[in-house]
Amino acid sequence: MSDQGAIDFSAFPDASGHFGPYGGRFVSETLINALDELQAMYARLKDDPEFIAAFDYDLAHYVGRPSPLYLAERLTEAAGGARIWLKREDLNHTGAHKVNNTVGQALLAKHSGKTRVIAETGAGQHGVATATVAARLGLKCAVYMGAEDVKRQSPNVYRMKLLGAEVIPVESGSKTLKDAMNEAMRDWVTNVDDTFYIIGTVAGPHPYPQLVRDFNSVIGREARRQSLEEFGQLPDALVACVGGGSNAIGLFHPFLNDTGVKMYGVEAGGEGLATGKHAAPLNEGVPGVLHGNRTYLMEDEDGQIIETHSVSAGLDYPGVGPEHAWLKDIGRVEYVTADDKEALDAFRQLTRTEGILPALESSHAVAYALKLAATMKPEQNIVVNLSGRGDKDIFTVAAIDGIEV
Amino acid sequence: MTQENRIDRRFAKLRAEGRKALVTYIVAGDGGLENTVPLMHQLVASGSDLIELGVPFSDPMAEGPVIQKGHERALEHKTSLRKCMELVKEFRQQDQDTPVILMGYANPIEKMGPEAFADAAKAAGVDGALTVDLSAEEAGPLNKLLGERNLRNIFLLTPTTRDERIESIVQLASGFVYYVSLKGVTGAGHLDPESVRDNLARIRRFTDLPLCVGFGIKDGASARSVSEHGDGAVVGSVLVSAIGEAADGAAAKDRVAALVGEIRAALDQ
Repeated sequence: MSDQGAIDFSAFPDASGHFGPYGGRFVSETLINALDELQAMYARLKDDPEFIAAFDYDLAHYVGRPSPLYLAERLTEAAGGARIWLKREDLNHTGAHKVNNTVGQALLAKHSGKTRVIAETGAGQHGVATATVAARLGLKCAVYMGAEDVKRQSPNVYRMKLLGAEVIPVESGSKTLKDAMNEAMRDWVTNVDDTFYIIGTVAGPHPYPQLVRDFNSVIGREARRQSLEEFGQLPDALVACVGGGSNAIGLFHPFLNDTGVKMYGVEAGGEGLATGKHAAPLNEGVPGVLHGNRTYLMEDEDGQIIETHSVSAGLDYPGVGPEHAWLKDIGRVEYVTADDKEALDAFRQLTRTEGILPALESSHAVAYALKLAATMKPEQNIVVNLSGRGDKDIFTVAAIDGIEV
Repeated sequence: MTQENRIDRRFAKLRAEGRKALVTYIVAGDGGLENTVPLMHQLVASGSDLIELGVPFSDPMAEGPVIQKGHERALEHKTSLRKCMELVKEFRQQDQDTPVILMGYANPIEKMGPEAFADAAKAAGVDGALTVDLSAEEAGPLNKLLGERNLRNIFLLTPTTRDERIESIVQLASGFVYYVSLKGVTGAGHLDPESVRDNLARIRRFTDLPLCVGFGIKDGASARSVSEHGDGAVVGSVLVSAIGEAADGAAAKDRVAALVGEIRAALDQ
């Protein structure tokens, strides 16, 4: 944590879209003009009072914000240490933090005058959140989803179809989220004149990592205010799961300049780091280039991207947002892991102690928070981002339990 | 004055003869590592002037389904960037004249290290690189390393590239400029000759480098139509498709010979 006191985190990314050595724009030339246009439009609108008012209005009246900061008393008791507060993103419309971003990008899409939106999705949460805002604005919507994920997440596939979106199964590569993103990029290159690409995480070419972060930063701004209201000080620690990292950066970013607040990003440990079957690029990967940005990646010795493993489809991604890569290198955020079993245990524990069914993604954050709380004092406070609800995961958990639902 | 390179020599010769360049693309290791060098020699024998050797990548974002499958097949044969260099070295044992360009994605180069990549490319007899997802903004360091070794850096220009950007990209570009004829992925089917003509004229205002046109060129007629206003045509998907469908290496060579021969004849008409 050498000289981070000197860094003003609100000044990043820099003008060329970099967070230290990470981020940037690694895309084919055809897309550069569209990215330039998006960047210029966002620069114009992000401080525009009318745009901000429209975004805030949608967050309040359509998403249902602010989301509560809830003291999980029985969970705290079970952990036996610091107080655990849950930031209830699971209570948002569509059931996860993803909608904060799609509402924001939908406003940008409307301003751009484009008539069609596309998205990539893994577990289907971002796809549902995109199909939702597209339905509301009367935009055509296509969602790319790995053919494997289409099979694993059939309820979300049907939700998207009900919302009027076309769900396109992607048969190339490993048939999961990364391939869905490749295919969405190919669609965008082909239909760039009339199509707005709503990226679902803080990855991709500049300015996506910035704008997805900004739209999700409402999580951290609220949590900061609510912490002061509820316990009269800033939290001692923040915990959030990290796949691409949009819910984590949304919680962390408004606190980055508060050097007293420790932050923990929890990657998917899968079957255990030692097995190689995980999705923890910040813990086990190396810097490289994928999907338009330089960041930490899971890859082999030849630079080919390798398949990841996690019980939670939303964390099953070989890369991570470039800002996280930078925050790791400079030591501002500590990136840890929770494996499948720990996440499932936390899923059950939160459900039984608090009556809250968390998404398997968010269960990784809960699992680490339980361990962390035990090492802290009872008067200390941890805020955990409960990024999504677990209804979508009951089939996965039931299958692990050997039960047919 | 920079040193000459095989790419420069080839375009100078074509210009002197009043002929258009035929640039052919195949994926290294597609159809088996042992078949790549024979295929490269066949491309030359059938009339290819430059070879773009595709370096397979797990996530080839700019490719249509045909070339994606070529990359997947090549990766089944464990075709790494290092193997690609070895293939070029082997090709050079018999062919000292035909320029070879490595066309691929940034990550395998990042993994090898840009300097090690430039050194290995030079040592293997590679003449230039085209890295699809290395935008002009990010290309600086690699560009310098390649330039120091007298290797050319080929850039893509597209229908969406604005004039001021063309002007700055051609400052970085060397060897030739690859004009992407359409908004889309490789192998797409909506080529518009009029748009190609207008855009080539637009690019020509900013550079004297040879202009080759690729994406969506399927046969002699389409190659001829796009190269009318430029210096050459790039053909890829039809060759990769043929290699993918061929029963063995000999069949692949026959198919490729017929396709390249037909396009060559059309260009020379």
